[in-house]
Amino acid sequence: MSGLIDLGGAGAAALVRAGDLDPRELFDAYRARAASNELNAFTWVAADTPADGVYGQAPLGGVPVAVKDLFCTEGVPSQSGSRILEGYRPPYTATVVSKLTAAGAPLLGKTNQDEFAMGSSNENSGFGPVLNPWDRNRVPGGSSGGSAAAVAAGLAPWAIGTDTGGSIRQPAALCGIVGLKPTYGACSRYGMIAFASSLDQAGPLTRDVTDAALLFSEMVGRDPCDSTSVAFPGPIDLPSAEHLRGIRLGVPEELTGADGGIEPGVRASFEAVLALAEGLGALVEPCRLPHAPHALSAYYLIAPAEASANLARFDGVRYGLRVAGTGDLDSMYSATRAAGFGAEVKRRIMLGTYALSSGYYDAYYGTAQKVRTKIAEDFRTAFDRFDFVVTPTSPWSAFELGAKTEDPLTMYLNDFCTVPMSLAGIPAVSIPSGFSDGLPVGFQLAGPAFSENRLLDAAHALERAIGFEGSGARG
Amino acid sequence: MLDRDQVLHVAALAQLELSEEEVTRMAAELSKVLDHIEKIRELDLEGVAPTSHVVDVVNALRADEPRPSLSAEVALRSAPEPLAGGFGVPTPGAAG
Repeated sequence: MSGLIDLGGAGAAALVRAGDLDPRELFDAYRARAASNELNAFTWVAADTPADGVYGQAPLGGVPVAVKDLFCTEGVPSQSGSRILEGYRPPYTATVVSKLTAAGAPLLGKTNQDEFAMGSSNENSGFGPVLNPWDRNRVPGGSSGGSAAAVAAGLAPWAIGTDTGGSIRQPAALCGIVGLKPTYGACSRYGMIAFASSLDQAGPLTRDVTDAALLFSEMVGRDPCDSTSVAFPGPIDLPSAEHLRGIRLGVPEELTGADGGIEPGVRASFEAVLALAEGLGALVEPCRLPHAPHALSAYYLIAPAEASANLARFDGVRYGLRVAGTGDLDSMYSATRAAGFGAEVKRRIMLGTYALSSGYYDAYYGTAQKVRTKIAEDFRTAFDRFDFVVTPTSPWSAFELGAKTEDPLTMYLNDFCTVPMSLAGIPAVSIPSGFSDGLPVGFQLAGPAFSENRLLDAAHALERAIGFEGSGARG
Repeated sequence: MLDRDQVLHVAALAQLELSEEEVTRMAAELSKVLDHIEKIRELDLEGVAPTSHVVDVVNALRADEPRPSLSAEVALRSAPEPLAGGFGVPTPGAAG
């Protein structure tokens, strides 16, 4: 059985298509591992093995996929990590999940996450924290921590998550796997329980870059049900690059200097990858993103503002929890929300409501939107000279449970290197770059909008050169 | 800096009931976060257009043709209080 589990997603799919692997056997092996769930990575695991025969020639070969809880899946609990949606089974399925099923990736289970995707450690889940498979006293990152831990630990061959300010890339980094945040609009948001609509984007979490490209290739596409989705210009190719000759990598001083608080082991790994990149033929030079240090502030106004509007729908009327309060309508609303939302969600609703409130709108929300314009301009200018901008994904490796929960601001600094790309709507991928004190470290590459093919190619060349060994987390 | 009255005002706008302890904690935590965020107000952003959306899509339109939708029965299946084909709610303003 360990042989099956050591196959990546693309490898297993190829064996199924060649007729050398029964997809039901693969599904059963993963279902057993997912159901054991010692990391609290899953909130629900499929009970039935899909019928035989439908997956033989499908592009994803019947290789099952783990799906972040916030993707609505018909008849299956979809709670977005929140007690306010406990037991909620939606009447429809998110477009991205339907597409993956149709392409031959049946649903293995739903993965734990920070409540409504708000968090960087999974400690904000209403269903308990996920544990990092490299060290169970540590967090897996967040908010897609269940997906990241499941893939790293071999409880799932591959998974999908969502990234609003780093929620795919940061847990991928902390768990030693690959995570891609696509260009905004590349994947439909239909059926994703919304956090911040102008930032949320679905993407793959996988063991390697090839798996990420394969899964992503079946996720993209314009969807009439999401009018902000756009047709991806051309197909997604499987990466093949083995060198970086002629590729120019920009290292932004603003994100890699002393201000980011990058821990020494993370910096050492980052610099080692830059040296490897030069060895593969890349040109590595400093670049400037003058407004990037302000990205975190802009993000923590824009995302909570959008969240405060999106989360208004949880009011005890149409689905989820209802608490009676003192008997009238307003009391029912506020008592339901008080009982159903966790501390971080309440904090962000308050922050967002304040930023949008009369008298403060221009000073906070309006200013943040202007900063967003400047950040996007900074990237455009950088991409005139550079193919990609590179940074460490997270300033630090996986931290101990409880280490950052007391101070929200410290927790928010997790997103220091990932938020600028989210605000600009551009694609970015995190790949494992090595270890810091035995814990995985991530290396982030970001490119212009719709540059995913080039981006994944470069990530593939680096991945080969780095030779990260992830089997240690699969136990 | 957010004081207690501001916290209560914002909580009322957000339809969020807060305990006394939460009001105190929220005032301190939000003040700290806002102190950090304040720095962006020092930037010179004169004449900069705000970005509300990063994708260059304007008015995504489609033909107005009927399509199948959820039945009322299915749409009401998760409701805490389905009532006569609709969503039941407490009476506004009813005293407890």
